[in-house]
Amino acid sequence: MKNVYINSVGSVSAQNTTDDSDFLKDIISYNETTITAINPNYKDFIPPAAARRMAKGIKMGIVASKLALQKAGLESVDAIITGTGMGCLHDSEKFLSAIIDNNEEYLTPTPFIQSTHNTVGGQIALEIQCKGYNFTYVHGSNSFESALLDAKLQLELDEANNILIGGVDELADHTIVLNKIIHHIKEEPVESSKILDSKTKGAVFSEGANFFVVSNKKKASSLAQIEALEIYNTLTIDSVENQARQFLKENHINPSNVDALILGNNGDVEFDTFYHKLATGDFKNTQQFVYKPWTGEFNTVSSFGLLLAANILKIQNTPEPFKLNNTNTSHYKTILLYNQYRGENHSFTLLRTC
Amino acid sequence: MSQGIAITGMGIISAIGNNVAENYDALITEKKGISRISKIDTIHKNDIMVGEIAYSNQELEALLNLSPQNNYSRTALLGAVAAKEAINQAGITDIKAHKTGLISATSVGGMDMTEKYYYQYLEDKNAQKYIAGHHAGDSTQKIAEQLGIEESLVTTISTACSSAANAIMLGARLIKAGKLDRVVVGGSDCMSKFTINGFKTLMILSDTYNTPFDDNRKGLNLGEAAAYLVLESDAIVKAENKPVLAYVKGYANANDAFHQTASSENGDGATLAMEKALEIANYKPEDIDYINAHGTATGNNDLSEGRAIIRVFGKQAPEFSSTKAYTGHTLAAAGAIEAVYSVLALQNNIIFPNLNFETQMQEFSITPELKLKEKTLKTVMSNSFGFGGNCSTVIFSKDK
Repeated sequence: MKNVYINSVGSVSAQNTTDDSDFLKDIISYNETTITAINPNYKDFIPPAAARRMAKGIKMGIVASKLALQKAGLESVDAIITGTGMGCLHDSEKFLSAIIDNNEEYLTPTPFIQSTHNTVGGQIALEIQCKGYNFTYVHGSNSFESALLDAKLQLELDEANNILIGGVDELADHTIVLNKIIHHIKEEPVESSKILDSKTKGAVFSEGANFFVVSNKKKASSLAQIEALEIYNTLTIDSVENQARQFLKENHINPSNVDALILGNNGDVEFDTFYHKLATGDFKNTQQFVYKPWTGEFNTVSSFGLLLAANILKIQNTPEPFKLNNTNTSHYKTILLYNQYRGENHSFTLLRTC
Repeated sequence: MSQGIAITGMGIISAIGNNVAENYDALITEKKGISRISKIDTIHKNDIMVGEIAYSNQELEALLNLSPQNNYSRTALLGAVAAKEAINQAGITDIKAHKTGLISATSVGGMDMTEKYYYQYLEDKNAQKYIAGHHAGDSTQKIAEQLGIEESLVTTISTACSSAANAIMLGARLIKAGKLDRVVVGGSDCMSKFTINGFKTLMILSDTYNTPFDDNRKGLNLGEAAAYLVLESDAIVKAENKPVLAYVKGYANANDAFHQTASSENGDGATLAMEKALEIANYKPEDIDYINAHGTATGNNDLSEGRAIIRVFGKQAPEFSSTKAYTGHTLAAAGAIEAVYSVLALQNNIIFPNLNFETQMQEFSITPELKLKEKTLKTVMSNSFGFGGNCSTVIFSKDK
């Protein structure tokens, strides 16, 4: 079995992650119930005429994937695998509200076409003329992890050498309103640094796109090695710690050998308990990081967690605001990521330096 | 690479039947499931025909013993019914006895409820339970729950109309790689106003019975359906002495990289998918005994797919037919529906007819199989193509 490496990343998020020059240098603090991703200069990546027809999710996906390809020095790849929890929400809402508002008359096909879940994956294939394998996973907070799992399988078995994977989700107006009604979005704005202590229901919703070239060929520029990944449709508060142990054991690692734990806490009083279980248990002396207070929550935001982990391993850069505790860890070699959303679709990802 | 993955169970619900036996019966007696739409109130009701499942949501909820508080979309309801039949047929009584996963495909997801309550959600507290059921993964989570799959690998694929073929492919790869011992694979899509109007704007809905590979074809009929297969590792099949229905022998996904919705004129992606699937199966084109074509009856698909078949097989293509005249185009579920039909073809040595065909297409000379035909079948190829240039082929065989 071949090793799997992260060879490059491209990112559009609510933080400065698109350009290398200011990459996570100044962490932006928010005080909102929904956060939008910072728009890059789309003109640098997409012809303006084409960009006008595209919703933000598609544009973010194209920018992030082009950046990842550029940084990996690749024109094309063997496969494109995308994860999106909610799909192209903007176009779905646009088409659906037009159906209802105009009683099924005067409709145009573009929003329907672009509402299809695999629009981003298909558009990227069109742009780079990639005729290879092209999958889109749409499984809540395991959408991106499913893409990673699929890519890892192909690279390990040497069925492909370079695969573009990514997670992308966008915000849309009506969906925001509906998620506020059912308290999946917080009622009151909270400052980023105070979200985890908010003790209120729901999360701060957001959007973004993080794409990676993953490869079974190591380069000098490779950021990290992806050691292992496991996804679970359900876990209970009582089983999460045991599954973490089991996962590490299968990879011959003791919890004490994990240098950092990156958690997906989003400040939802009902579901952060899963993270507390690990943070106060086996890993209480491990350096812990969180990112969702500064990126917001969306189904594929765990791809930002992977970007953060890869960045820590490559340049040992640990943004202070992301630290949940302080252990004076001086060097990071092994990182465990744990994510779930509303108690469903849990994942463990293990990375190491390469 | 040519080792097949065992299929030990299958389940289906479609416009031509609520289980495998009813579907088979309709296929061999040439009973179409296409009618005027009755369950959705649409202004297009007199302009379109569809493949509807007879059961109402209430009837499906009763079949599944769901409480009145449930928030199942029709996609989840149909999926749960079909997946349960597959598990039963595979003789699985303890789902936790082996590491079991679920890979489901959908494009509609919970859109049926979203379109019903879109504005009503703002005031109607009783309807709000469906809000969290909108996203595609929700139907899969519910099907997993119905099957008792916990703390395991469960995911959803959405690549438009090739989705379920891709779910079968991923499941086979996960078993091959030893990631799972057993996996339920397939797809579910219910009828929705959203898809009816979407395909209407693309002007590819026929106003009458769809006629795959006919020169005068007018477009597709939408259908709703769900189907699942149970795939199991050799170790389980051996240890439990399980009957094997057929094997997943080859598979491939390729991208046309031509247009977001249209297929390339010569079917580049489709050709690649068929060729790669043959390669994985270690077969030559002449090893294929029957092709269950995608054959949606749109002008674009049937021309592009037909040309691709000729590119791969030459003018002496094996018998082929589209079963979409029976079921309508069931979108993300189509690959699973047609996988069940492919296995039924293998089991019974029968090629299902391509109904409604009258006029030979002018662009090529290959003709679909028009009559129910008995033929010893060892291998069946099934094609599924979707938006985003997504092209998939799965090959089923009797031999491992």
